[in-house]
Amino acid sequence: MLFGAAGWLPAALLAPQLAIVLVFFYWPALQALFQSVFIQDAFGGSLQFVGLENFQYLFSDELYLYSFQVTAVFSIAVTAIGLTLSLALAYFADRAIRGAYVFRTLLIVPYAVAPAIAGVLWIFLFNPTLGIVSHWLRGVGVDWNHVLNGGQAMILIVVAAVWKQISYNFIFFLAGLQSIPKSLLEAAAIDGAGAWRTFRSVIFPLLSPTTFFLLVVNVVYAFFDTFAIVDAATGGGPAKATEILVYKVFNDGFKALDIGGSAAQSVILMIIVLALTVIQFRYVERRVRY
Amino acid sequence: MNRRQGRSAASWARASLVAMTLAGGALAGPPAGAVTEIQWWHSMTGANNDRINSLAERFSKSQSDYKVTAVYKGSYPESMTQAIAAYRAGNAPHIVQVFEVGTATMMAAKGAIVPVEKLMKDAGEKFDRSAYVPAVAGYYTTRKGEMLSFPFNSSTTVFYYNRDAFKKAGIDKAPETWSEFAAAAAKIKASGASSCPYTTSWPSWVHLESFSAWHNTLFATENNGFASLKARLAVDKPLFERHMKNLLEWSKNGLFTYAGRTTEGDSKFYSGECAMFTGSSATYGNIKRNAKFDFGISKLPYYSDVEGAPQNTVIGGASLWVMSGKSKDEYKGIAKFFGFLSSPEIQAEWHQATGYLPLTIAAYELTKKSGFYEKNPGTDVAVQQMIVKTTDKSRGVRLGNMVQIRDIVHEEMEAMLAGRQDPKTALANMKRRGDEQLVRFERTARE
Repeated sequence: MLFGAAGWLPAALLAPQLAIVLVFFYWPALQALFQSVFIQDAFGGSLQFVGLENFQYLFSDELYLYSFQVTAVFSIAVTAIGLTLSLALAYFADRAIRGAYVFRTLLIVPYAVAPAIAGVLWIFLFNPTLGIVSHWLRGVGVDWNHVLNGGQAMILIVVAAVWKQISYNFIFFLAGLQSIPKSLLEAAAIDGAGAWRTFRSVIFPLLSPTTFFLLVVNVVYAFFDTFAIVDAATGGGPAKATEILVYKVFNDGFKALDIGGSAAQSVILMIIVLALTVIQFRYVERRVRY
Repeated sequence: MNRRQGRSAASWARASLVAMTLAGGALAGPPAGAVTEIQWWHSMTGANNDRINSLAERFSKSQSDYKVTAVYKGSYPESMTQAIAAYRAGNAPHIVQVFEVGTATMMAAKGAIVPVEKLMKDAGEKFDRSAYVPAVAGYYTTRKGEMLSFPFNSSTTVFYYNRDAFKKAGIDKAPETWSEFAAAAAKIKASGASSCPYTTSWPSWVHLESFSAWHNTLFATENNGFASLKARLAVDKPLFERHMKNLLEWSKNGLFTYAGRTTEGDSKFYSGECAMFTGSSATYGNIKRNAKFDFGISKLPYYSDVEGAPQNTVIGGASLWVMSGKSKDEYKGIAKFFGFLSSPEIQAEWHQATGYLPLTIAAYELTKKSGFYEKNPGTDVAVQQMIVKTTDKSRGVRLGNMVQIRDIVHEEMEAMLAGRQDPKTALANMKRRGDEQLVRFERTARE
């Protein structure tokens, strides 16, 4: 018996949550698995079983492999820059300075902005001809044209994605910092530790559970929640320079109506994220001290 | 721990959610009372959205049996995806507006749609295919000669220029050929009339698809996909290479600015930044409203030494498709509505207000008689480009997986303009990757 002596009550209480997980997560996941071994026309009228051909097609396409590279660069950049910046911001906002509340509130605001709007916002700032930032850049001798320059396009979506996520990270880091006992910091000060030493030897280790949690969340964010930003800012271009995996899933499935190919890609994504999560929990979490 | 586990489970499940494309979103309710409701999904925004609502309302008021409800469903790709999702969920709208790029996909979906010609015949409504402008009707007609969808808003590629900038640069007329164009661009640059002599919207549509028809050359084999599903791209030819070489050269010399894949070029022109521009004839209204300078419209430039050029340009825009699985009464209402839409008065009004092409010859004649073209010089350029008799090579481009093919064309062009590959390689890549898409389409299409 699954619930043993406890009877039906735990099962009944779990049921709504389980139903949601089944309907919204497992059922679609199974559908994706199923569709990844078929090819079909957009209307679903002709369904042909093709085995692993969709996967074969993907892996024989060097541009799909390139998309992995793009995704790796993008995810590492977004996670690393996002975490570092928000930790720095939280560290400074945590100090008792005048107007700390105002700063804290302001830092949280970007989280309320929809990803597509974040993309459009940054596009305006960086528009090659009208954008204010590209105007400044031209002033210092940088020819900004992300419409053709792949590297600049990548910078643009990284900046937009980081900006969007900073507030989320900030809140958690701030909460983490505030829960560090003052006595420890005072003890460090008495021992003669400077600000950097205190941070490295006392604060950062105590923050490790928060950092680990944010690492997982940010990797997931970079992998999945950023396609609206890419769609609004670059559309995956120029020449696939910003086509991250999840954007390709969206583009091939929703815009190009290639359901088999798109499903195969999402199965691959599932495997990647599963693997990443396992790695994170197995190896990274060992270094975390709760 | 709890929260983290929830997160990781949610994370990979979310991947599949992205893939679980089609969940349905139709709202087509049952008819209320004696009035039969007809759902019309479209993608028109701004002033054109108001026009669509007015058309639906006027039809609904003109009789008491049917009510047309126009619903904006997002951009062209979005409304098409939603209509397909709704169809798969058994909830399709009656009429959906599909852009020309989706035509081959719709045509290959026999069983999901009702051919418009059959619809009209079954309902006893008058329908004369020869009343339509050939380049428009031909595009939506199968190789067996049946017209499948109702042409609604068609546009084509035209050339716009800033007359004020031309005056400043000492150019007295619009360039007719690409060599005149190059000379004009150089003059504009040298005289300082504008730092961006030329830009374009829709690079693939203008510089490859329309370009090929304009030079009476095939963009793809099997008459650009009209003859059979076995079409393959034919862009690895000297004419295309010559044009790509020129574009690259102009781009390097600062004469041509690549703005983006869709309509990004529009605003570069009407803001006054770029002096010359190629784009859709339907951009006319927008340019007229926004441009603070005198502008002209003329035909696309061509290479004068190419035999058969200029021929005609290809259409863009969208047509109305009727979905299957509705009742006889509903189809009768749709047929009546199409009858209403195809009257010369409505057609002429739509053409004059939007800059879309007149779809029937009667509407063109009516507009001409009213003196509209004299009052609005340049508005007949698109018509002139289209109204000639088409050849097998110039009926348009009707290929499956066209959304992907356009992406491929743009990607390879971008890599070329960024200096990462030469024109010949770019065209070869377009063909190789485009053909893969065509092969895939051929396997799933039903005809």
